[in-house]
Amino acid sequence: MKPLNQHQGLVAPMDRANVDTDAIIPKQFLKSIKRSGFGPNLFDAWRYEDEGQPGMDCSRRPIKKDFVLNQSRYQGASILLARRNFGCGSSREHAPWALEDFGFRVLIAPSYADIFFNNCFKNGLLPIVLPEADVETLFQFVAKQEGFSLHVDLAAQTVATLDGSFKRSFDIEPFRKHCLINGLDDIGLTLQHADKIKAFESQRMASQPWLAVDPHAALGR
Amino acid sequence: MSGRTLFDKLWDEHVVHQEPDGTCLIYIDRHLVHEVTSPQAFEGLELAGRKPWRNAANLAVVDHNVPTTDRSQGISDPVSRLQVETLDANAKKFNISYFNINDHRQGIVHVIGPEQGATLPGMTVVCGDSHTSTHGAFACLAMGIGTSEVEHVLATQCLLMKKAKRMLVKVEGRLMPGVTPKDVVLAVIGRIGTAGGTGYAIEFGGNVFQEMSMEGRMTVCNMAIEAGARAGMVAVDEKTIAYVKGRPMAPSGENWDRAVAYWRTLHSDSDARFDTVVELKAEEIAPQITWGTSPEMVLPVGSRVPDPQQERDASRREGMERALAYMGLSPNTPLTEIAVDKVFIGSCTNSRIEDLRAAAAVIKGRKKATNVKLALVVPGSGLVKAQAEQEGLDQVFIQAGFEWREPGCSMCLAMNADRLEPGERSASTSNRNFEGRQGAGGRTHLVSPAMAAAAALAGHFVDVRQF
Repeated sequence: MKPLNQHQGLVAPMDRANVDTDAIIPKQFLKSIKRSGFGPNLFDAWRYEDEGQPGMDCSRRPIKKDFVLNQSRYQGASILLARRNFGCGSSREHAPWALEDFGFRVLIAPSYADIFFNNCFKNGLLPIVLPEADVETLFQFVAKQEGFSLHVDLAAQTVATLDGSFKRSFDIEPFRKHCLINGLDDIGLTLQHADKIKAFESQRMASQPWLAVDPHAALGR
Repeated sequence: MSGRTLFDKLWDEHVVHQEPDGTCLIYIDRHLVHEVTSPQAFEGLELAGRKPWRNAANLAVVDHNVPTTDRSQGISDPVSRLQVETLDANAKKFNISYFNINDHRQGIVHVIGPEQGATLPGMTVVCGDSHTSTHGAFACLAMGIGTSEVEHVLATQCLLMKKAKRMLVKVEGRLMPGVTPKDVVLAVIGRIGTAGGTGYAIEFGGNVFQEMSMEGRMTVCNMAIEAGARAGMVAVDEKTIAYVKGRPMAPSGENWDRAVAYWRTLHSDSDARFDTVVELKAEEIAPQITWGTSPEMVLPVGSRVPDPQQERDASRREGMERALAYMGLSPNTPLTEIAVDKVFIGSCTNSRIEDLRAAAAVIKGRKKATNVKLALVVPGSGLVKAQAEQEGLDQVFIQAGFEWREPGCSMCLAMNADRLEPGERSASTSNRNFEGRQGAGGRTHLVSPAMAAAAALAGHFVDVRQF
């Protein structure tokens, strides 16, 4: 996982509430057995005129010119500004994979769906929660000022305009912050507790032996 | 000290380790696996030189990509076929119990778990699928996870989590005839919204859920995620125990007695406290229909399509306008005047035997309307299909002009060939009416199996109570 600490980038606005993961990455692209390459199909149905299918050369597809990520002023954006309940619906991790592959590193919204929020941290994406009023202010800044960018300091837990006129703190769980700043694989961290897990497991299987049933034995091979 | 909720009990039972900031390592008893969200996890496991922590904790099945038509020719879409073959190979390589496409027990992961007794009360159950909340019907702590977490569970048998808040959704009173578990959960989502349960684990309590069958409880818990809650759950009672008894992976003999004694403790204490309580009156719930592109955009069948002009909140109004434009609907149209092109009876929400019986009871002796191009019945598993055929339900559907298919996720998310074409409108017993969910440009209305069946016969939505 790519570490993230200081980040400065162009902001793109996604001005609708309840953006679901089916919209972020439509299901036909979930047939891939890879983790990468989803960026060209991010928001596929909103972004292109035709219906996308796996394997298409997206650079040759007709685009919807009005769609925000197709507008020239937002090319190269790495911070996505969104509305409440962003990422609701399916648990597909292909949604953060697509956002990250497209070039986003930071999201800012008043709220996120739980599973999506969790998935972001596993992929070096920082989902920042700011109060609705601050998010509204940022939407107004983005609309007014072409090239509007923000500076995010994860260590200090702040997000600010480049001139410092707007600066807000945000909350993040210390453990998640630590993993993101250091780009840590949390499986490795969990396995540091392997002995504790083993002890817990053997005690559990002894007190509730029905949990230890081997499906191969019960269901056949 | 006040008593504990069911969720507290399940949580406390599974904490392996706690970090200073409250992040916990939670032990996972059962991991269900399907072909879409697992290939990258198995690949990650292998690249890191790791092995599954406890092979016997896992049960895998193919469901999302499988065709529901004749399977003797295999899967024609090469991309889908590769994903299914990848799970075939991974199950073998990692020694994981697996129902492949030709297994007579194959079906939707959330149908086969309970069916095989792989889901048992008191367990933590996870799967790389948001509808894993279904298994909470068995007083399990059951949740959907992403692919990184699938790999984490495979490698460590644990998940890193912070404890959610506790919400009680209480529905009391008497449900009116024709009102089903699907209508109850849609009414709950209509009340609290798709983010109402974000950050919570929901317990469904009150006499309505106590009187509900296990299959009904599964329908309700299945859609907890549509209210934003990763987990939904119902306390153990005699129905839970009766359902589990005799399942292939359920305990027997002395272990059965010990298990039952423990399972009977899986309910909230009478003095337990919840962070939020939501109450609905059963008598006020009518059959529900969604009209928009989010499950919270739902109304009782007697309503009209809402008028965005009446909405004061600007962002909600814009959301409604966008939804109506996508759905091709005009404000104030009675919901019962909306014609449907396709009908889908299936999905992890509503594909179990009681759902098929409810639909067949409406359909029996009648015919599908001529304007309905396709009415699909997709049983949740091979065992559900066999049971339905034994009861003659397949013939009821076929004689009415419905198609009787092989089990899988099918048109709930259209990863296989079952789908809506652009502009087509469905009455669907599935769980999500998002834009493009059932096919690019497709328009989905979520309803109960009985309401879907009635819409197929009438060619438009009708109040099944007057049908």
